[in-house]
Amino acid sequence: MRDVLYLAWRYLVYHRWKTAILITSIMLIVYLPVGLNAVVERSGEHLTARAAATPLLIGAKGSPIELALNSLYFSAEYPALIDYSEAMSVTESGLADGIPLYVRFRSRSHPIVGTSLDYFDFQGLSFATGRPMAVLGECVVGAAVAETLGVQPGDAVFSSTETVFDLAGVYPLKMKVAGVLERAFTPDDNAIFVDAKTAWIIEGLGHGHQDLALPEASSGVLSRSEDNIVANASIVQYNEITAENVDSFHFHGDLSNYPLTAVLVVPKDEKSGVILRGRFADADVSSQIVRPVTVIDELLDTILTIQQFIVAAVIIVASATVATAALVFLLSLKLRRREIDTMHKIGGSRLRVASTLFAEVLIVVILSGSLAAVMTMITWRYGPGVIESFILA
Amino acid sequence: MIEVRDLQFSYGEGDFSLQIPRLEVAGGETVAIVGPSGSGKTTLLNLIAGIATPQSGEVVTNGQTMSGLHDAARRDIRIAGIGLVFQEFELLEYLNVFDNILLPYRINRTLALNVAIRERAEALAKRVGIADKLSRHADQLSQGERQRVAVIRALVVQPPLLLADEPTGNLDPLNKDRVLDILFQYVEQHAATLITVTHDHDILDRFQRVIDFKDFYGHATQRQIESVAGQT
Repeated sequence: MRDVLYLAWRYLVYHRWKTAILITSIMLIVYLPVGLNAVVERSGEHLTARAAATPLLIGAKGSPIELALNSLYFSAEYPALIDYSEAMSVTESGLADGIPLYVRFRSRSHPIVGTSLDYFDFQGLSFATGRPMAVLGECVVGAAVAETLGVQPGDAVFSSTETVFDLAGVYPLKMKVAGVLERAFTPDDNAIFVDAKTAWIIEGLGHGHQDLALPEASSGVLSRSEDNIVANASIVQYNEITAENVDSFHFHGDLSNYPLTAVLVVPKDEKSGVILRGRFADADVSSQIVRPVTVIDELLDTILTIQQFIVAAVIIVASATVATAALVFLLSLKLRRREIDTMHKIGGSRLRVASTLFAEVLIVVILSGSLAAVMTMITWRYGPGVIESFILA
Repeated sequence: MIEVRDLQFSYGEGDFSLQIPRLEVAGGETVAIVGPSGSGKTTLLNLIAGIATPQSGEVVTNGQTMSGLHDAARRDIRIAGIGLVFQEFELLEYLNVFDNILLPYRINRTLALNVAIRERAEALAKRVGIADKLSRHADQLSQGERQRVAVIRALVVQPPLLLADEPTGNLDPLNKDRVLDILFQYVEQHAATLITVTHDHDILDRFQRVIDFKDFYGHATQRQIESVAGQT
């Protein structure tokens, strides 16, 4: 047996390019449907697990998928905005706790999640180091963010501008890291959490600037009236909230009208959840309430349908490839007739010679299968992340 | 050692037929078979080796009647007692020289490949001047080197009977002598029998007997065979 395998191996090594092409082809035939199945299954588990743990979401009427993806996975596309009053009314109803979510801004590629401290309890997040954000301008970073940016409590991160070429837009805010979360293996690892008010400051809805009553600011004041002061651009606006300037930060207008991307709703019980959902059934209501698990299941159904089409196509291609490989093998037997005859002449039995040829096929199949298994394992491990990044991009 | 009696062999629809009423080769004898192409010289070697079987008649090789035996039984006789040198060398391109020499051991379950055999193969390679080329593949060798590898492959199992088909064909005089020296040294040392098919009349002097298939195009007769038998 060892000699049979040795002869087969020498043949395959000598024809290494032919062997490599054959192995790659068979590997792809096996890997594509299996790997695709693995990645869809794993992605589905990942996506569904987080969605299932989130009872309800309130957001502006529009795409429920966009709402769920932004709220649960912090996707870059954010839905139409709702007022902060939605979160307040949920809590005031006594039926549920409303956790505000404002997921619009980013720090490099990391989403900045404007929320409340309740979010950490709801998601079961614990701190690896530091503490929750306590004052305006502080943030808590996920484990992956801390690792990628190399930050720890006491360091700072900057929000990114929404559009680079908008000179009149919001300037980046320097945020002090108060704590780092334990790795949760969820999108929270990749997020930067701030209080909703800090998120509004990033947007420019709240701001801090030089005291216009001070004499050194007088050159920048254009006009003063009893309840209004108009100043020019020379007035210094703060892009960092410190103990010295925190008092100068203020919000104009009614906070209840300030924007959120969603409200994460945690009903007191099932009945409360049903009542809440009923309130949003009215067509006149400008917002919607969704069960994330239902939304994600619908999304996965679509993906599964696509997967089935792809698998069907792969099976057809695989059949053609197997038929071609078989043809190539049979033709190669014809080309190797002389070699086979030589082995017979010097004493090789038909079984022995056939075993050698079969061993070649077996080695190719084993190598292809092993390679496909390795690829599937890699896909199983990293595929969901890639797929999620595609879905959430 | 070899006995052929009333042999009849043909293939195609009468395109070729070979008839040999009687032929004997004694043990330790060296015989050259000459004659025109297509006259049946290689076919005779195949019949003696049990690669082909006659329609009628008997072929006795190394004391065993080949005709009438199953393929497996003829193969066993071939493995144990016959070394074959092919006209076109028939080296496997994907094996290096050393593995080509040891191919009979790798392809036959009944032959055990061990250290002694490897050493024997190395010694033979050294003797014919290709010891430094054992790791090369056949396509990296000259014609002469390939022929020497083919000869060593036949000798490594130490068979009592050697059947060589044009072992010096396409070789320069130096390599021709080298290959013949190897074969005849082996025959002398092991008291082996050598039957060689050749077109090369310059080497006939080295053989004890020459069988001439002249004017023999698949119609061997008693007279023709007798006319060449015993010629030296």
